[in-house]
Amino acid sequence: MVGALLLREWRILLRARSSIVNPLAFLLLSTLLFAIAAPQLVAESSERASGILWVLVLFTQLLSLDAMFRRDYDSGTLEQVMIMADVPFVAVLIRIFVQWMGTGLVIVLATPVIGPLLGLSWSAVPGTMLALLLGTPALSLLGSIGAGITVGFSRGGIILALLVLPLFLPVLIFGTDIVNAASAGLNYSYQIYWLALITLAALLVSPFAALAGLKISIEMQ
Amino acid sequence: MYFDSFAEFLRMGGHGLYVWVAYGSTLVVLLSAFFITRRTALNVEENIRWAMLSRQAEQISGVQIKEEVGNESET
Amino acid sequence: MKLNQKLKEYWHKLGSPRWFYQMTSGWVTFFGASAFLLLVAGVVWGLAFAPADYQQGNSFRIMYVHVPAAMVAQSLYIGMGVAGFIGLVWRMKLTDVAIGACLPLGMILTALALFTGGVWGKPTWGSWWEWDGRTVSTLILLFLYIGIYALREAIPDLNLRARASALASLVGTINIPIIKYSVEWWNTLHQSASFSLTEKPAMPAEMWLPLLIMVLGFYCFAGHQVLSRMRFEVLTRESSSRWVADLMQGKGVLVNSAKPSSSNREKG
Repeated sequence: MVGALLLREWRILLRARSSIVNPLAFLLLSTLLFAIAAPQLVAESSERASGILWVLVLFTQLLSLDAMFRRDYDSGTLEQVMIMADVPFVAVLIRIFVQWMGTGLVIVLATPVIGPLLGLSWSAVPGTMLALLLGTPALSLLGSIGAGITVGFSRGGIILALLVLPLFLPVLIFGTDIVNAASAGLNYSYQIYWLALITLAALLVSPFAALAGLKISIEMQ
Repeated sequence: MYFDSFAEFLRMGGHGLYVWVAYGSTLVVLLSAFFITRRTALNVEENIRWAMLSRQAEQISGVQIKEEVGNESET
Repeated sequence: MKLNQKLKEYWHKLGSPRWFYQMTSGWVTFFGASAFLLLVAGVVWGLAFAPADYQQGNSFRIMYVHVPAAMVAQSLYIGMGVAGFIGLVWRMKLTDVAIGACLPLGMILTALALFTGGVWGKPTWGSWWEWDGRTVSTLILLFLYIGIYALREAIPDLNLRARASALASLVGTINIPIIKYSVEWWNTLHQSASFSLTEKPAMPAEMWLPLLIMVLGFYCFAGHQVLSRMRFEVLTRESSSRWVADLMQGKGVLVNSAKPSSSNREKG
């Protein structure tokens, strides 16, 4: 059952290549915007790069969250999965995982390109990738709650942002701090533990909450 | 009394403006919350009475609805 | 066993709107009167009798309105989270009424805390706004409130709105400790304010007693507001039921100024 669901999601992800390409294109495009609008910000220091990079990652995540359940919701597949699956919880978790692979994982892999473009020093790239690897799953998980509640709205984008962005804040704080510490050559294991803890807590809470939100949205249909 | 005179009290040792703006805004917020709640309470009561009256009037006859309602709003 | 039975009975009663309405009629008066007395006493003591702070002078008196507003604002959000939890688990209708009553008051008190904080910051820090840890936490609280407010506005169906906002406030409440901790961590990295406004090693009794009175007064005020709003929301939702009709046959139920309706009925 789990294998079949995973396979299905994976095939859909591969078939609809836009779900991987679009977030990446958005991230690159907004990097370009920053470089054009504020070249002095981008070129000057690594500390600024960490902030810009993380805010862009947050926005990229936010934009792709709206599509997380959208297609399955509109086609009615979501309702079927909820009824048919032995454990709808697992189905939701798989959906979140696949969404993360399309955005979070792609962002992590693109960091060696985008980071230096934003003025990040090469020595900070591994630390940044580690921070993103640990932090972006929390963004997908926490974001799934908001996505689940708002998928029934015709124009839920702004409400999704209002609901979800405050929850992203801890990830942003520890994430940027890891990048800063990595650029300065300092030890950042404490922040890594905290980021891992936040992601773990999000993993425990989010699928249940997202499931509850999806049930509400399905009744709204 | 901590202050020697009323003028001193108003001046608040040079911080009068800040202190009075803070207390004034608090007063405005608390009072408006109180009165908004009170007005909503009155509206709710009126709405329920209105609904009850029109239900009663419908039971008697269709013509009487307007008279009944008119009496209610005049008194 | 017997106690268990009794608790269960009480719990079921709590879910009944009618029982809630009858039970809380005295509480509203109590909270309202206490709030008035405590707030008047606290303001007079805090403004006129408490000694000035040795460092901040008289501007520290803003603390007596700023701190209670911030505390009550945060408590109301946590109250919404608790109500949301109860509502999701036991499907109690009353909890959504509670969330709807806490939300606007909590939102305006958060805004008030931010505003008075700014007014206090100007003579103390020298600027209206500092990105201080507490300021940021309060600002996030405001956004948490706004998120749930927007969500409630977007869902017209009462039942679904109740469940969605219960879920959102529960998730927000679970996140509050994490957000607070991470903002504190962030604050130690980017220390901008020279000292925190409210953290004092030792405050003499004549300084903290008025604060205690004001905090109690604000809580009583919030209790009065939330309960009265819940009461008339219950009446609205139950307006077609028998007990509300019976209630309305008597004299004014919500406010005493309402006229008796029996004379009107006789005329018709």
